[in-house]
Amino acid sequence: MSVLALPQPAAAPRRLPRWVSVFARRKIAVAGAVLMALVVAVGLLAPVISRSPTYMDVAARLSAPGSMYWFGTDDVGRDVFSRVVYGARLSLLVGSAVVLFSFVVGISCGMVAGYYRRLDNAVMRVMDGLMAFPAIVLAIALMASLGPSVLNVIIAIGVVYSPRVARVVRGSVLVIRETAYVEAARALGASDVSLIARHILPNCLSPVIVQGSFVFAAAVLTEAALSFLGVGVPPYVPSWGNILADGRLYIQQAPWLVLFPGAAIMLTILGLNLFGDGLRDLLDPKIRGLHTERQRAA
Amino acid sequence: MKTYVARRLLALIPVALVVATVAFVLIHLAPGDPASVIAGPDANADDVQRIERQLGLDAPFHVQLLRWYGRLLQGDLGESIFLRKPVTEAIVDRVEPTLLLTLFAMAVAVVIGVPAGVLSARFHNSATDQALMVFALVGVSIPNFLLGLLFILCFSVWLGWFPVAGYSPLEYGWMLTLRSLVLPAFALGLVQSALIARIARSSMLDVLREQYITAGRAKGLGERAVVYKHAFRNAMIPTITIIGISFAILISGAVVVETVFNIPGLGRLIISAVLRRDYPVIQGVVLCVAGVYMLINLAVDLSYLVIDPRVKYQ
Repeated sequence: MSVLALPQPAAAPRRLPRWVSVFARRKIAVAGAVLMALVVAVGLLAPVISRSPTYMDVAARLSAPGSMYWFGTDDVGRDVFSRVVYGARLSLLVGSAVVLFSFVVGISCGMVAGYYRRLDNAVMRVMDGLMAFPAIVLAIALMASLGPSVLNVIIAIGVVYSPRVARVVRGSVLVIRETAYVEAARALGASDVSLIARHILPNCLSPVIVQGSFVFAAAVLTEAALSFLGVGVPPYVPSWGNILADGRLYIQQAPWLVLFPGAAIMLTILGLNLFGDGLRDLLDPKIRGLHTERQRAA
Repeated sequence: MKTYVARRLLALIPVALVVATVAFVLIHLAPGDPASVIAGPDANADDVQRIERQLGLDAPFHVQLLRWYGRLLQGDLGESIFLRKPVTEAIVDRVEPTLLLTLFAMAVAVVIGVPAGVLSARFHNSATDQALMVFALVGVSIPNFLLGLLFILCFSVWLGWFPVAGYSPLEYGWMLTLRSLVLPAFALGLVQSALIARIARSSMLDVLREQYITAGRAKGLGERAVVYKHAFRNAMIPTITIIGISFAILISGAVVVETVFNIPGLGRLIISAVLRRDYPVIQGVVLCVAGVYMLINLAVDLSYLVIDPRVKYQ
């Protein structure tokens, strides 16, 4: 018992959850979240806010941006605005599907490699081998075999990024499996499955989620690059990369074919990067501690 | 130290084996019979059989795989189906522009990225720092092929300073080559310089917080000596890693940027091979790029021996 009675602190007013306030304090992360929300909204509302992305107004080929066609038209008279808007849909679809794919494959492989030491070498050597290819080159090679389609683009990019997720997961598992609480759970007779699912997996999710935001960005970029090169989604599918590929051919007559899809890619990737940085600050206690330390010093 | 080098070299073997296997499997991933896919829809049975024999696809799978390893050990990448010459020859013909573009872009990336990162860290939280980091953030958000298109639009179409596209080989004089590579090299290098600047900045900031820096200041060293002599050298360790990785990224970036500027390098080679389903060429380019990628990573690891004496004692 202390002799000195400290004044009772006033009851704190009801506050938002801690993670919301930590996130909101980072203005840049909020800007990223707003950008992403904008892209998602555009993608979801595509049929409402735009016309058909495949309708060809042949008479109005390569017409400049104006009141009829806000972003102009392409070489066969398709509305660039509608194609950019539907392109957002495709990018979001590819991004989320690749994240899902790489999480399922990457987390399983990383868990197995990190938890069962005997399998570690075999699994991780395969992952190292896949990572020895530059991402875009492996994706191009896989597309050559799989053939152009949206699903194949997702598979190709997913295969490229799964080993990166696996490596992060394995790293966390190696640390977590040696902690006292895992040992305690094991001593209490928990099975391997319950150890992994209830104790190890939840604790190694933070770095994986952060990785997920960067995989999402990389997937959007890689899809655009593949489609731009002509080995991604088929040419009639509205994709930012496809519009840019047309734009390259008509760059002198129709710069809007480059400028608008280009701006869409940039804003999306910028939003994802900012959001990812914010997530990392939020989920990584080490960095979070550092920030408060810096604020105190300031 | 010798064991460290030996260990790193030995570790390459399984990775190389996986790389070779993946390159082999590529041809079998295609749905249906690879020979008829390569021959195309209009081919007759004779053509299909010819291709099957040429690629050795008539042998059982494991025999094909073993033959593939054997050929690779002899440096034989097979024969291109459409170019009608050995794949190694096709690659050697196309390697010059890709190599020059990558080196040029690397120079751009390092010369801009490292000083920007170090300055940012030295004047932490100043206006310079914030401006540089905003620039870097925008930089990492622009894909290189988009930046290339914007450069063409700005510097070739509107200002007319550079050729719109194309490549002038070294044999016509290096000035022309350099001129034809300025825009692609900046498109490729600027994006990478943003990444290098971010890493250089954060590793400088980490090092500047170390006790030996405080000790240096305490014994009266000038800020310049502290930053450029003590901190810089230590901060370069993660930065060298990222520069090595950048080099590898730049090679694969060159593959994409070549299409933007119509440069006849390895990138054009693999893309046209994909469109023509010329699998031996695809496999050859993929193996070649992956091989270079692995060697660079090895070089990065070994460079620690020189830069960071602590590695020797591990």
